[in-house]
Amino acid sequence: MSTEVKTKESLFSKKNQQLLKDPFNDNNPITVQVLGICSALAITVKLEPAIVMSLSVMFVLAAGNVIISLIRNLIPNRIRIIVQLVVVASLVILVDQFLKAFAYDVSKQLSVFVGLIITNCIIMGRFEAFALGNGPWKAFLDGIGNSIGYGVILIAVAFVRELLGSGQLLGAQIIPLSWYIDMDKGTGFYANNGFFLFPPMALIVVGMIIWAQRAKNTKLIEEN
Amino acid sequence: MKFVQNIFDQTRPLVEKDGKRNILYPLHNAIETMAFVPDHTAHSGAHVRDAIDLKRTMVTVIFAMVPALLFGMWNIGRLHFGAFGEESTLLDNVIFGAMKLLPLIIVTYAAGLGVEIYFSWKRNHPVNEGFLVSGLLIPMIMPVDIPLWMVAISTIFAVLIGKEVFGGTGMNLLNPALTARAFAFFAYPTWMSGDKVWINTTSAEGGQLVDGYSGATALGDLATTVGQGMGNPATETVMAQFGPEGTYSLMNAFLGLIPGSIGETSAALILLGGLFLVFKGVGSWRIMVSFFIGGFVMAGIFNAFAVNEFMGINPLHQLMLGGFMFGMVFMATDPVSASQTATGKLIYGFLAGFFGIMIRVFNPAYPEGIMLAILFMNVMAPLIDHYVVEANVKRRTKRLANA
Repeated sequence: MSTEVKTKESLFSKKNQQLLKDPFNDNNPITVQVLGICSALAITVKLEPAIVMSLSVMFVLAAGNVIISLIRNLIPNRIRIIVQLVVVASLVILVDQFLKAFAYDVSKQLSVFVGLIITNCIIMGRFEAFALGNGPWKAFLDGIGNSIGYGVILIAVAFVRELLGSGQLLGAQIIPLSWYIDMDKGTGFYANNGFFLFPPMALIVVGMIIWAQRAKNTKLIEEN
Repeated sequence: MKFVQNIFDQTRPLVEKDGKRNILYPLHNAIETMAFVPDHTAHSGAHVRDAIDLKRTMVTVIFAMVPALLFGMWNIGRLHFGAFGEESTLLDNVIFGAMKLLPLIIVTYAAGLGVEIYFSWKRNHPVNEGFLVSGLLIPMIMPVDIPLWMVAISTIFAVLIGKEVFGGTGMNLLNPALTARAFAFFAYPTWMSGDKVWINTTSAEGGQLVDGYSGATALGDLATTVGQGMGNPATETVMAQFGPEGTYSLMNAFLGLIPGSIGETSAALILLGGLFLVFKGVGSWRIMVSFFIGGFVMAGIFNAFAVNEFMGINPLHQLMLGGFMFGMVFMATDPVSASQTATGKLIYGFLAGFFGIMIRVFNPAYPEGIMLAILFMNVMAPLIDHYVVEANVKRRTKRLANA
């Protein structure tokens, strides 16, 4: 007769910490898995919407992961995608209503992109790949970890784009107005780079982040 | 010359693989190959011997660009003094133009070569001549009054994102010079279009601009007529400039006596450069001819419908304006980013010219449609080549099956 030894894992064991840390660098959802690119291009013109977007995704992903993980043994396999969609959609509606009530301006700026969180590949990807096979606590950590990995890149891109594209950060003028070239008066020496306001530049910025990350973290480079 | 050779010979052991200063090897190699013919020889296998190497190709293109460049220099001065209604001699014009143009050229080379040398050093391969032509092309397609730091940033962007990311000279998908211009156009539109940058009007003596002075380019003026309706008086004054007596007459546009980017105005001298390139076998006549035909066909179609004044322009006249000729001779023929197959070159050139005129006329906000069309076709070139090769394979398989 063997007695089953049940080892209780501590809440922040090495493994669980890894769940939080991994998506930050080695398994970053945007720069390594290249998911969620659409929103990284669309809402990173200014810093504020990017921050709000990151927080919204964090809420939806963490809460959604926990819910899916709790009911993972009840979901019939054949209709799991629909169930996942229902969960995401309800959470996104919550976020949307919340933003409309408490941050109306940002909600207007984000426009359809709040609703499009539903289609954010990261969320369905984590549900499928992680929450369906793991307990709620782990799923929660995974959700937080992935949304931080997503948010960091989003905020970094938005930081560069807002600073160089409009000379502002969070709507406050950073580059002194007296620096700007005034063609009629012939003063100043600086001009905003309008290219940073276009989505293609976001793609290039993300690409450069990937480049820098791979140069530092050589194990990401595939062998071919 | 022997003593220069000696300097290189003496310093070589220092910079070679296990020398003390091997970090400087790319620099040593670059200067040495610039001064002397490299003495490397192939050690194995059969090799086709050809006098045309990368350096000679590049220098041939530079020679072809010189007439248009010198003309552009003179034109800067001519337009500047003309704006104030002042008399100026040929020498005045050239000196003024050189003072405006040389800083642009120096800044472009410094910025571009800086990036190139950094990457050669990082990747441990010799600096090659890839930037030689791009560095001269970029100033030629910029307006005279663009701030120098914008040129520098555009050049760095083009070399970094347009070329080095893909692996350096010969690996680039896009034409680096056009990438620089496209970057500048989208980043700093105020300095790349409009009516303030094409003619230098800073006057030390406080001169007054002449009556009726307009700093716009021909295409910029034309774009204002779109949506005005035909026969409107404002439109009529603009269109009068395109008549045989006007500023933008066919003859003036052909000779290049109009405002525009520095090197792009003189169709005649660009064509001279083009003939030189074709004669030397460096530029592809297939691309040039089909590019011209493509633009002519599109302009002809527009001319046949002529629903607005822009479309009503004589096809030949349309092609002489803006960057069409420059794009045809120096941009579309870039051997790296163009199609490689003979049939592919014909298709590539035709579509580039066709789309160029189409973008220009359909969207007056982008008077430089040629730039966008060539960049677009650069991206499409590998696809065209793929289908040309596939078609050839299919044809030959069939022939084999029937034989």
